[in-house]
This record gives sequence, structure tokens and C-alpha cells, in this order.
Amino acid sequence: MADRLPPKERTKIPRQEMPEQDPLQRANNFLEVNTGFDAALAQKEAQRCLQCVNPHCVHGCPVGVKVREVIDLVLDGKYLEAAAKIREDNVLPAVTGRVCPQEHQCEGSCILAKRFAPLAIGHIERFVADYEQRTGQVGLPPCAPPTGKRVAIIGSGPAGLSCAGDLVLQGHQAVVLEALHELGGVLAYGIPEFRLPKAIVQQEIDNLRKLGVEFQTNVVVGKTVTVDELLGEEGYDAVFIATGAGLPRFMNLPGEHLGGVYSANEFLTRVNLMKAYDPQHSDSPVFDCRGRSVAVIGGGNTAIDAVRTALRLGAAHAWLIYRRSETEMPARAEERRHAIAEGVQFLTLHNPIEFVGNEQGLLTGVKLVKMEPGEPDESGRRRPRPLPDTERTLPVEMVVVAIGAGANPLVQTSLPDLQTNRWGYITVDPASMATSKRGVFAGGDIVSGSATVILAMAAGRQAAQAISDFLKDGEWPNVVARGGECESNYP
Amino acid sequence: MYLVQDASFLAPEIKMIRLEAPRIAKHQQAGQFVIVRVHEQGERIPLTIADSDASTITLIVQGVGKTTRLLNQLQAGDAILDVVGPLGRPSEIQLYGRTLVIGGGVGSAIAWPLAVALKAAGNEVVVVIGAKTQRFVILEKELTQACDQLFVMTDDGSYGEQGLVTDKLRELIHSQSPWNYVMAIGPIPMMKAVAETTRPAGIPTTASLNPIMIDGTGMCGGCRVLVGGETRFACVDGPEFDAHLVDFDVLAQRNKLYRQQEQAALQEPPERTAAALSQTHPCRLSELTSNLPSSSKGE
Repeated sequence: MADRLPPKERTKIPRQEMPEQDPLQRANNFLEVNTGFDAALAQKEAQRCLQCVNPHCVHGCPVGVKVREVIDLVLDGKYLEAAAKIREDNVLPAVTGRVCPQEHQCEGSCILAKRFAPLAIGHIERFVADYEQRTGQVGLPPCAPPTGKRVAIIGSGPAGLSCAGDLVLQGHQAVVLEALHELGGVLAYGIPEFRLPKAIVQQEIDNLRKLGVEFQTNVVVGKTVTVDELLGEEGYDAVFIATGAGLPRFMNLPGEHLGGVYSANEFLTRVNLMKAYDPQHSDSPVFDCRGRSVAVIGGGNTAIDAVRTALRLGAAHAWLIYRRSETEMPARAEERRHAIAEGVQFLTLHNPIEFVGNEQGLLTGVKLVKMEPGEPDESGRRRPRPLPDTERTLPVEMVVVAIGAGANPLVQTSLPDLQTNRWGYITVDPASMATSKRGVFAGGDIVSGSATVILAMAAGRQAAQAISDFLKDGEWPNVVARGGECESNYP
Repeated sequence: MYLVQDASFLAPEIKMIRLEAPRIAKHQQAGQFVIVRVHEQGERIPLTIADSDASTITLIVQGVGKTTRLLNQLQAGDAILDVVGPLGRPSEIQLYGRTLVIGGGVGSAIAWPLAVALKAAGNEVVVVIGAKTQRFVILEKELTQACDQLFVMTDDGSYGEQGLVTDKLRELIHSQSPWNYVMAIGPIPMMKAVAETTRPAGIPTTASLNPIMIDGTGMCGGCRVLVGGETRFACVDGPEFDAHLVDFDVLAQRNKLYRQQEQAALQEPPERTAAALSQTHPCRLSELTSNLPSSSKGE
């Protein structure tokens, strides 16, 4: 063990800053914004850890990464061992090190946060995951002996990948069925290259493949094959539905059908998945943002991703329109900071009421009204209300609506005996993730409503454990119908 | 990879492609479609399934844009990179009674499985298909076998009767009513005209819509259409809707969104297209380069 500084000395070290591309430069490219810690920075930051006997960071992590042990290994320079330690609980460390809202999870629970800046756990996680990839010596944990059981996993997003990884570790066969032509779900079509490079997602998927996970693309369960067929003639012993939310919400405002009005899913899919920004290498078109004014509506990570993408596609003005104040935005603090540095203009406490267009059916502006915070709503946040006589029209040629997603009905409509709540989300027993249909489990956004990558991964892990238990004893819990009183099915 | 079993031209620029796709073939029903991606850099293109057997599906493609022209180059033994489906809701096939299926241009390809399904459900099925000129009349033999009576309309009168499909529709409504159900598939102005013709007669009418689409599973919302003042997604709620409620003008406008980029793509040097396609079929690169449509061919 390396010499450790006394706690007082540790708190004197400032939190190490993540090196990043210059804002003006990165606003014109799709390369990663954060360039990553090197070993020296990771070491220095790891020195700050107070090595708590009862590490709160671990409890703050939805998948329970053994942060303290990982930091210990980093301090000893055992980066490969550190990465392997993370992989025991988290099959996608290079992904979560980049996109987790650490400030609300591990870092938010860090004892240092009370008086100093929290330990940069996310940055260290990313460092060890990237280090491991660079050496090519990925510490894949050993799999249990084969059980002969097969599980079909619907969707290759974070919930599906995490579930598949845990299942193969327990000796089961896991086959992931993906509707799109590329794997990764929201990691592939939703999160832009500058925040999560596709190569990183690809590496993590390749690691899962090496572990023994099988993948099939272009399979729409409910259409190409049904859940009943998977459990019947295709011989699967269980099915895990992890299809995500993924039915874009619109605002039902006049003019929403105008050319130039996109859902965040469509805009980001065209750019991330179909590479529409590069006409030399892609046949898919996207609205030409160059020199235009673009507004994105919403305050979540997806909204920030979309507005920063528009800026990188050459938008002259990139507005973020949010009906509450900036402090209430659900987007990660780091992404908000990055967006502002790149030149995104925040128009908070504003709400669109109409999209305006020309005779050609193309968008020319968005009519906005000012908002003020009103009474707190069920989320505890103050519900914004419009201020009278504050209407004005912002001239824009493209708008991206990024106000969240509803439940995609595809799998459910093909399975009439699957119980859903009144918003279409699948009802599960919260302990076992079991649905109303024997052998079928569900988790991630299709159960919880739109959440984060790491929460979906946590659901995938929990489901893997529950599926494993079911495959052992065949016991099926009684899933109690709840009237659908809340949009989320998780307690 | 999805193997092309047969491919042949039915008319200039209109090719019938039979593909090996057993899982899709097993589930396919009239009115459904697939999304194909020809090569690594290709777009995702929705295409209606015209026919299927135990292990293959048949697509009919009109070469109008870059990707559809690329599809028109395919021959038996080639392969398509991705085929996903069957997507969309199947047509609502019921016992309506006297039904009319109207197909315009390449829409005749969709009229065919519909006529077959409607006939099998016990309906009396009359089909009207329309084309610019005789060379573009497709599937006449198949449709004749599938329905009770077939009318062929050509714009220039070079085959069948001269006139638009709506001319025949109006005549049929006046001479042989009542009609219980009309199904229209074809270009947007044609479907709109059919809807306006059957509206005063009060005949329930369905149109099969063809909006721009990416994933086809409800995820992107790009295929949204305005039906009865409500936003619906053609991929999961359609593609067929009550033609009397569809806002065809919004559909037409949204379908023009990428017109400029599409035109530019057609002007591209054939080298890039051929290079991209060669990733799928490395053996036929030279042949393809020589076969590519010249950029002077307009729409």
C-alpha cells in the first residue's frame, strides 16, 4: 500500500479539474469535450479521498460500485484491477464515467462535499475505464458455469446491456434483440459524440460480446417476432423488456407540423446514428443549421445535447428555452456549464405558445411567453405560470422539442395480457421486476418513465438478479395491479 | 445481410425485388412495410411489402431518389444490409361488401396485397389503377386474378381508358353505387382527390400514407401526420388512416422537407455511391459504376 496523506492534508488538495477542449474550438467540432484525466491527475485526485469507514458514495451509486476499493487500487497504481473492480457492479464504466449525473449520486453523497468539493469519482472512473481499453487488457470477470437457460432481452440500451452482462456472468445465455440497425439504444442514437463517443459505446458492447452476450439487430419485438414466440418456439426461458420510453412528446401547439420543427429524438437520431451532418459520408439529410437560428425547448440532458449539437452544425444562434429557472433544470451541471461556455444562450422562464411559419410550410419563428414561478407542484418545484402581455416572437428557422418521451406501445400492444398503467408504462413488481405475464420481466424507462443511463442500468442489474432467481426456482411473484396513480411504476 | 432472390423491372425505374427474410415473411400482413438500409452510409427507406411467401418478401421500388435508384441496381445474388419489419399496423380487413381499391403509379404494388386480402375476406373487390402511360402499368395480371373487376387508367390513353383514377371513381360511384368501402394508395394529390370524391358520397375511405420516416417504431416522431386535427405517427398508428380526416396538405409539405438535399444527392459523382455500395457487394463494383443512372435524369 502506498503512503496515505493524513486526512487534513488530503482536504488541502483542490479538486482536480477535468481537462477539456477550448470552448470556442469545440463548439465547431464533434470531438469529445472532456479530454480525460491522465494517471497523474487521477492519482492526485484519488489522494483527496478520506477513505471513509462507511463510504456514502457507494450508497449513492445506483449500481453500488465499490468506490472506496476502486480508489484504493488507483492510489496503488493498480488501474487494471481498479477497472475490474468497477466491472463487478457496472458493465459500462467508460459510459457511466462520462454521462452519470455524479453530482446527485456518488459525488453528491461524498463526505468531502459538505465542506469542500466532492471527490471527482466520475472522472476517476472514466480514467480507469479508458486506461483499461488503451492497454487492451480488459478485466472481464469470470462467468459462472453454463446453466443452459436462455434469456431474450428486448432493447440494447443501458438497461438491456447491463442485464445481459449480469446474466452471462451468472452462467445464463443472453440474447439482446435491437430494433435499430446499430446497438446501444439511447447511447447510440441519443447522446452526441462530443459527450459519449460511439467508439466508447462500441468497445463496451464488444466487451459484452467477449463475455458471451449475443446480439441481433433489426428485430422489432412485437412485429418481427412476438414475446410469445420467444417463450414458445424460440425456446427462451425468460424475457426482459427494456425498450426505453422513446415515444416523443410534442406540445400540441399550433404550427408543430411546420418544416424545421423536430422532436429531439429525430434530430439526434439523424445526427448521431445516421451521421446526417456529414453529407460526404451519409445519405441521410438533416435541416441545414448553418448560419440559422435554432431554439431547443426543454431543460434536460437531451435538450442540452440537442442545442449543443445545433451549435456544432453551424447555427448562428442556439437558444435553450426552458419554462423554469436554470437552477431547476434537470440537466447535469457540467453540461449546462459547457453549453454556456460554447455560446448557447439560455432563455429561462420562457415557454413557447405557437410555432409560426411561412407559405412554404417552413418555420420562421416561435412565439414565447414569459413565465414566473408559482406554487410548488407535486415534484416540489414551483410550477411556472405565464405572465400576461409578455408575448413575443423569436425568429428561428429550426426548433427541437425536447420535453421528454412517453411509453412506446409496440411491445405492449402485441401482448394484451401484459399489464400497463394508464400512461402505457409496464407495471412490475418493484422487488422482482416481474410483469403480469409469467416469464416476462421489464425495467428501465419503459417502467420508470424517462430517467438516466445509470438508473436504467440499475434496473437492468436488479432484473438480472430477479431473472436468475426465477430461472433457479421458477417462482413467480403475484404482480398487484395498481391503478396507475403515478406515472412511474417504481416506488 | 438480406439476400436478393429475384429482381426484375416491372416498368422503367420500377423494380420488383424478392428478398430472403423469413421472420418478416412469417408475420407480414397486407398494409405493412419494412425499412431498408442498402449500405453502411445509406438512409433508412420505408417500403411497402407487396407479397410474401414462407421465407421471402417482395418489395416494389420506384427509383426516384438516390437510395431508391440504388435499390433499382440490385440483382439476384446481391444483398441488402438491413431490413427491419414488418412495421405499421396491418390493413383493417373486414367484410365491407362492395369495395374499391384505387392504386396510383407504384401504389398499385400496395393495391395488390390489399385486393387479395379483401377478396379473401369475402368482399366484392373492384380495382382501379392509374399510370402516366402504358409502360408504367404494373401488376395487371396479378391484380386481374386478385379482384372481380380491374380498370386501368392512363393519363395519355395509351392503355386502358384515358383519364385519372378519380374520373373512373366518379363514374363508378354514379353508375354502380352503393360502394361500402374505398381504399386509396398512391401519390398524395391522388389520395387527396379520392378523399374529396368519396366525401360527398359518404363512402368510408382509407388512405395509406407515405411520410418521411427514420426508425419506424414510434421513436423519432418524424412521420407525424395530422389526422382529424390530432398528431398521429404513421409508423405506429398507421400507415392507413381515415382519408376524410387526413390533412394531405401538411403531409405534402412535410414530404418536401429534404427536396433540396435529395436533388443535390442525385448530382453526386457516381464514384462515392459505388464505393459505398461496394461495402455491401464488393464483387460487383465495376458493374455498378457503369450502371449508375446519369445525373441528368430528372424526376
